[in-house]
Amino acid sequence: MSNISNLYSDKVMEHFKNPHNMGELDNPSGVGRVGNPVCGDLMELQIKVENNIITDAKFQTFGCTAAIATSSILTDLVIGKTIEEALKVTNNAVVEALNGLPPVKRHCSVLAEEALQKAIADFQNKK
Amino acid sequence: MKVYLDYAATGPIKAEVLTEMMPYLTTDYGNPSSMHEWGRAARIAVDESRIKIAKFLNADPAEIIFTSGGTESDNLAIKGMVNSVILNEVKNLDPSAKPQDDKFHVITSQIEHHAILNSCKTLEKSGVEVTYLKPNTDGIIEVDAVKAAIKENTVLVSIMYVNNEIGSVNPIRAIGKMIEKENDARELKILFHTDAVQAAEYQNMDVDYLHVDLLTISGHKIGAPKGVGVLFVKKGVNIMPMMHGGEQEFGRRAGTENVASIVAIGKAVEELRNEKLEIRNEIKNIRDYFIGRILKEIPETELNGGKEFRSPNNVNVYFKYVEGESILMNLDLVGIAASSGSACTSLSLQPSHVIMAVYSDAERAHGSIRFTLGQNSTKEEIDYTIENLKEIIAKLRKISPLSPKEYK
Repeated sequence: MSNISNLYSDKVMEHFKNPHNMGELDNPSGVGRVGNPVCGDLMELQIKVENNIITDAKFQTFGCTAAIATSSILTDLVIGKTIEEALKVTNNAVVEALNGLPPVKRHCSVLAEEALQKAIADFQNKK
Repeated sequence: MKVYLDYAATGPIKAEVLTEMMPYLTTDYGNPSSMHEWGRAARIAVDESRIKIAKFLNADPAEIIFTSGGTESDNLAIKGMVNSVILNEVKNLDPSAKPQDDKFHVITSQIEHHAILNSCKTLEKSGVEVTYLKPNTDGIIEVDAVKAAIKENTVLVSIMYVNNEIGSVNPIRAIGKMIEKENDARELKILFHTDAVQAAEYQNMDVDYLHVDLLTISGHKIGAPKGVGVLFVKKGVNIMPMMHGGEQEFGRRAGTENVASIVAIGKAVEELRNEKLEIRNEIKNIRDYFIGRILKEIPETELNGGKEFRSPNNVNVYFKYVEGESILMNLDLVGIAASSGSACTSLSLQPSHVIMAVYSDAERAHGSIRFTLGQNSTKEEIDYTIENLKEIIAKLRKISPLSPKEYK
């Protein structure tokens, strides 16, 4: 039988099977909720910011394999970064970190970038 | 454990069927149009299969056309029939029965297979008027809805027998009888087609009983290979061919016959004739056990489609707060094959048109999974599936921002 990696990279499957940083934070500094269940994707990213550094991040996602994997890797990518560094994390960086996504699933990485931007904007508005 | 629960998509070739078709791939490879011994053997094989199909449908062998599958049969029925009316029959009509501007009307439903829907959309582009009927809350197209949609310029009604996604069984016989009655008082007659691709294994397929003029069957849904199908065309009904070439299939479908597969589909229906009732009851029991356990053991789940007029092999469930593709992927990881109405599993990224037509709820379409049973399905397979499903749904609900606190 065909291996699943014909569809998704091993990295995607790893994050899908055991997502990192899944859940909610107590008192998040910023929250970004993007997408819409009607479209089949809904992503929520929560970040904790201390001294301009993202010290923790958690996600919750309603969506496909790619949507769950992109949210999971996004949290890995932003934890430890300054706000300025985090703002430079693009959807392409997310795709690269996952060793690629099928073309029809690339919008999931765009959603991840949008969630991050929105969470940071929320943090900055609250300041 | 490997569990295949996607028989509505396709299934294996039955052993008896494979045995029967093998010689026509190896030793008896003649072209049925040739007059020598090899050719004659192939011709006899095709004719015998045609007789078997005719018996299965209670039709005449001359009413059976072999095609490349369900999609071609549906295309030929819709486009071939309507184009034939437009081009050939108009001139024979009493001028008073001729619709204004020669605009003809077709009635179908919103839950048809894309082979029907997209054929109808193509006809619309060439000026044909099409009504797409909405199903009731159980996903059934009601006789009264069809009747109410009939107009002076209606020439064709095409309603599927069993829906491929939610398994709803439409009242084909009642619709057929209603149309027949309407036709008594009409100059411009209405023909009735049914896509019976998902029905052949479990439903009554007698075309007389059903009162249909055209009917589609596909080989690979009933134990024959992919790439072969049948269109029943009642005597006297004209269709315009889509394939032009030789005189094969009574001049209605040109091209050298797919002899081995034609032999296979004949054998497959012969097998069905003998076993239908028994497998029907057995599969229905497994289906009800499966539905019962899901709805009872996994909270906030709903059955898509009704219970009463439902194909014995179809289970389609809405799992709230989670998305279908990630359910399918998790099932796949534990060796279970199913399918989903979620946009994320389709190349078009559109949610299931069937669930949208019945429930007008995109979230429901994204969170629905179809399991379809086959003759080899067992209760043990269902138990294994249920145990895994419980874990998968709980896990995904934990990840989903839509789920209430109790799932976290």
